Amino acid sequence: METFPFLNQLLQFLVTGLTVGAIYAMVAIGFNIIYNVTEIINLAQGEFVMLGGLVMVSVHTSLGLPLLLAFPVTVLVVTLVGVLLDRLAIRPIRKPSVMTLIIATVAASIIIKGLAMIIWGKSPYDLPAFSGRTPIDIGGVIIQPQYLWVIGFLVAVAVGLTLFFNRTILGKAMGACADNPDAARLVGINVRHMVLLSFALSAAIGAVAGLTLTPIALMDYDRGAMLAIKGFGAAILGGLGSFPGAILGGLILGLIESLSAGMLASGYKDAYALIILLAVLFIRPSGILGNLEVTRFKRF
Amino acid sequence: MLRIRKAPMLAGALLILVFPWIASRVPAISHYPDLMVFAGVYALITIGLSLLMGYAGQISLGHAAFFGIGAYVSGVLTTQYGVNAWLAMLLGALAAAVVAVAIGAPSLKLRGHYLAMATLAFGIIINIVFREEARWTGGPDGMVGISGLTVFGYALDSAGKYYYLVWGIVAAVFLFTVNLIQSPTGRALRAIHASEAASAAMGIPIARYKVIVFTFSAVLAALAGSLYAHYMNFINPATFDLFFSIKLIIMIALGGMHSIWGAIIGAIIVAFLSLEWLHYFEEFEIVVYGAVLLLVTIFLPEGLSGAPAKLMARMRR
Amino acid sequence: MVKKVAMVFLVCLAICGWAIQPALAEYTVGAIFSVTGGASFLGDPEKKTAEMVVEKINKAGGINGQQVKLIVYDDESDATKCNLLAKKLITQDKAVAVIGPSVSGLSLAVVPVFEKEQTPLISCAASYKIVHDEKTGKPYPWIFKTPQSDSLAVEAIYTQMQKMGISKIAIISVTEAFGASGREELLRLAPTYKIEIVADEKYGPKDTDMMAQLTKIKGFAPQAIINWSVGPSQVTVVRNWRDLGMEKITFFQSHGFGSRKNIELAAGAAEGVFCPLGACNIAELLPADHPQKQVTMEYMNDYKAKYNEPLSSFGGHAWDAMNLLADALKAVGPDKAKIRAYLETKKGFVGQHGVFNFSADDHNGLTKEAFQMVVVKGKDWALAN
Repeated sequence: METFPFLNQLLQFLVTGLTVGAIYAMVAIGFNIIYNVTEIINLAQGEFVMLGGLVMVSVHTSLGLPLLLAFPVTVLVVTLVGVLLDRLAIRPIRKPSVMTLIIATVAASIIIKGLAMIIWGKSPYDLPAFSGRTPIDIGGVIIQPQYLWVIGFLVAVAVGLTLFFNRTILGKAMGACADNPDAARLVGINVRHMVLLSFALSAAIGAVAGLTLTPIALMDYDRGAMLAIKGFGAAILGGLGSFPGAILGGLILGLIESLSAGMLASGYKDAYALIILLAVLFIRPSGILGNLEVTRFKRF
Repeated sequence: MLRIRKAPMLAGALLILVFPWIASRVPAISHYPDLMVFAGVYALITIGLSLLMGYAGQISLGHAAFFGIGAYVSGVLTTQYGVNAWLAMLLGALAAAVVAVAIGAPSLKLRGHYLAMATLAFGIIINIVFREEARWTGGPDGMVGISGLTVFGYALDSAGKYYYLVWGIVAAVFLFTVNLIQSPTGRALRAIHASEAASAAMGIPIARYKVIVFTFSAVLAALAGSLYAHYMNFINPATFDLFFSIKLIIMIALGGMHSIWGAIIGAIIVAFLSLEWLHYFEEFEIVVYGAVLLLVTIFLPEGLSGAPAKLMARMRR
Repeated sequence: MVKKVAMVFLVCLAICGWAIQPALAEYTVGAIFSVTGGASFLGDPEKKTAEMVVEKINKAGGINGQQVKLIVYDDESDATKCNLLAKKLITQDKAVAVIGPSVSGLSLAVVPVFEKEQTPLISCAASYKIVHDEKTGKPYPWIFKTPQSDSLAVEAIYTQMQKMGISKIAIISVTEAFGASGREELLRLAPTYKIEIVADEKYGPKDTDMMAQLTKIKGFAPQAIINWSVGPSQVTVVRNWRDLGMEKITFFQSHGFGSRKNIELAAGAAEGVFCPLGACNIAELLPADHPQKQVTMEYMNDYKAKYNEPLSSFGGHAWDAMNLLADALKAVGPDKAKIRAYLETKKGFVGQHGVFNFSADDHNGLTKEAFQMVVVKGKDWALAN
C-alpha cells in the first residue's frame, strides 16, 4: 500500500473544510441580509437552501431544462418563496417583537418543510455535478470539480453584494434601513419594500447554496434545519450583521469540523466546533468582527 | 399580568383533579390522562422557562439539555448504581443546577441572538455527550430498564397514579412561582426585562438575578426529566435534542410568554397537538402544525392565555 | 334479592357481550411505523407493505373467515409519541398484537409497555438488544423481531472478508442508533474473526461530506472499509470513497444499503461495493430452487404493481412481521398468550428475509445465512460468490 504523507492529509482536510465552510458562509450571509434590515433571525433560511436543491432537481432533472436555464429559474422560484414568506408570515404581524418574529419564521420553516415533503416525498435526490465528477488530483490532494463551483459561487455572492451595497441606490437604501429605519423613512425610503427585498435577496442566495451543494451531498426535505443552525452559528461566530464576518465564520466552522473529524474523535466534531464558538463568544461577546455598539439590543 | 387571581386557580385545580375521572367515562378520550402526564412534564419545564423568558427577558434554546441531564442522571444512577430513585432525582436536579451556574454565568452576559446561539450550542454539545458516552448512556439506541417510581412501597405504575404525582408537583411549583413573581425578586426580574440599564442604576444585581432564574428553570427541567425517565422506563438522546428546545419555545409562544398560566396552557396544547390531534392530518400534519403556530403568532401575539382578555375587551367595545 | 342477582347477572352479561363483540367481528392488528421524520425511508415502505399484505388477506376472505383490521400509527421517529401510541393500540384499539416500530431505539422504548401489558410485539428493527434482556440473558417473552440482527450482518461481512483474505479494516458509522448499534457489533465480533480494526470513524446523519474521515482512514491503509448507516449519508460516503481514489480499499456497506435507489443515487460510484442483503432485494437473482424464490418474486411484483416504486429491503421486514402474525392468528385465533406461545415455537416460516426458526432462546429466528453477499456490478446487484 502507498504511503500517505501527513501534509497531504492536512491539505485534504483544508480543502474539504473550506468547501463545507463556504456553504455555511452562504447561509450566514442570508441571515445577515435579513438581520441587517429587520433584526430578525430568519430560521427558515435553511429551508431556502433545501428548496434551492429540490427545485433545481425538478427543473433540471425532471423537466429537463439545461443547466444555464434551470439555474435562474430555480433562483427565481425560491426568491418568490422568500417574498411570500415576508408577505404572509412577517408583514401581517401587527405588534412585532423580535421574539414573535422569530417564532413566525420557525412556523414558516415548519410549513415549508411540510410542503416540500408533500411535493417531493421523503427520499433524497441527486443532481448531476456542473462539470462532471472526475476528481482533480493536485499532488495527492483530491478536489471535486463541484468544490470549485461552491467556492466560486461564494466569491461571486460576496463580490456581487459588495457592489450592490456600495454602488447602487437600492443597496445604499437598504444599508440606510439597517443603520436607522426611522431616519431612512424620513428621507423617503420605503422600509417595507426594503424588508421585502431583503427576504428576496437572502432566499436567492440560499437557493444558490442549495443547488451547488446538492451534487455533493444529495438533498431531501429534512435538511433545512441543520443547515440553518450551522449558518446561524457561522453568522454569530463572525459577528451578526457583518458580511466579512459571515464568510470568516463559515469558513472557520467548516475548517474546525473537517480538522477535528480528521484528527480527533470524529463523533465529537460538531461539539468541538461549538465549544470553540462558545469560547469566542465568552471572550468577544459580539463575535469576531461584530460590533457590540452596533448590535442594538431589542427586547424579547 | 401581575395579579394572579384565585378563582381561575381553583377552577384549574378542580379540573385537573377530576379530569382522569371524566376521561375514564368517555371511551374516545380514555387515554388522555396518559397524554396529560407528558403535558405535565412539559409544563414543569415551561413554567421555569417562562420565568426566564417572559419575566427576566432572557432566551434559552438549550433547555432540552437540562431536561436530559435530569433524565440521564436518574437513569444512570438507578440502573447502574442502584441508587434510590428519589435520591437520584434530587442528584439530577443538583447536577443541572451546577451545570446551569457554570454555563449561565458566562452565557447570560451575552445579549439577544448571541445568547440564543450560546444556549443552542450548549444544548447540542450536551446532546452529543449523551450520544457518544455509550458506556453510561447506552448511546443513540437509548437506555432501557429504568424502573418506575414507588412511594413507601406503593407503585405508581399506571397513567392514573402517575398523573396525580406529576400534576401535584406542577401545582406546587406553580404556587411557588406565583409567590416568587409577586415578591421583590419578581419585581426585580421584571425590571431587568424592562431595562437592564435602569435596573442596574437602581442597584439590582442583574447578573446574579439572571443566573438564579436560569438555574431555577434548569432545576425544574431536570426534575421533569427524572419524572419522564421513570414514566417511560426508557430514554434516548433524540428526546433531548435541540428540536425539543425549540418545541419548548413554541409552547411558551403559543401559551403566552408573559404569564405562568400561558406556560401551562402552552405545554398542554402542544402536547395534545403534537402527540395526538395532528395525527388525523396524516401527510399534512407538519403543515397544519406550522400553520397553527403562525396563525397564533399573527392573531394572538399575547398567546392563547391572552385570548380571554382580548375577547372581553372586544365584547365591552 | 332474586331481582338484584338477576340485575347483576344481566349487567355482567351486557359487559361481557360488549367486551367480546368487537373481538368476534374482526381481528384488530396494530402497527407503529416511522412514516415521517428522520427514519421515514424505513417506515414508509413498511406501512405500504403492511397495508398491501392485509388488503391481500382480506380479499382472499380474511383469516378463519374474519377480516383483518390494521391500524397504522406514525410515531414520527419520536420516542414519546411511540410510547403513547403503543399504549393506545393496546388499551383503546384493543389490538391483539402489534408490528413495528421501524427503528431500534423506538422498539427498545416500547419493550416495557408490551411486557407490562402482555401483548405480542413483532418489531421491524435491527438491534440485537430488542430481543435480548440483559438481566436474564434471554429474550423478552412478548417481543419478537423479523429483521436480521445487525450481529448477523456483521458475521456475514466478516465471513466474506475471511474468504477474501482481508484482516485489516477501518470502520465508519453514522452517529444514530442504526450506526451505533452496528458499530458496537463490529467491534465486539472483530476478535472472533481475527480482524483488526485500525480506524473507527463517525459522521452525523445530516453531514454533507465525509472526506475528512475517509482521508484519515486512507492514511491507515486498511484493506477494507465497512460503512454502517442508512439514508442519504451512505451514498455520500461511497461517492467520497470513489473521489479520493480509494478503490483499492474494498468498500463494504451494511444491509441498510438495500435499495437499488442507492446505487442510482451514487451515480456510478457504487461499483464494486459489497453488501449483505436479504433475499427480497435480489429475488430475480436467486436460483429457481431457492426456498425463498417464490415468496420474494411475488412480493416484488405485487409491490411494484401497486406502488410503482422500487422495493426496499425494509418493506420486507413488515411483510415478514405481518405474515407471521397472520399465520399465528390463523392457527390460534385472537388470543394474546396463545399467539405468543405459537410464535415462540414457529419453525420453517419462509419470509422475505430468510427462513425463520423461532425458539424460547431466539426470538429473531434467523442465522447469518439469511444474508446473501452481493456486489454492485453494472449498476445492479450481483451475487458475490
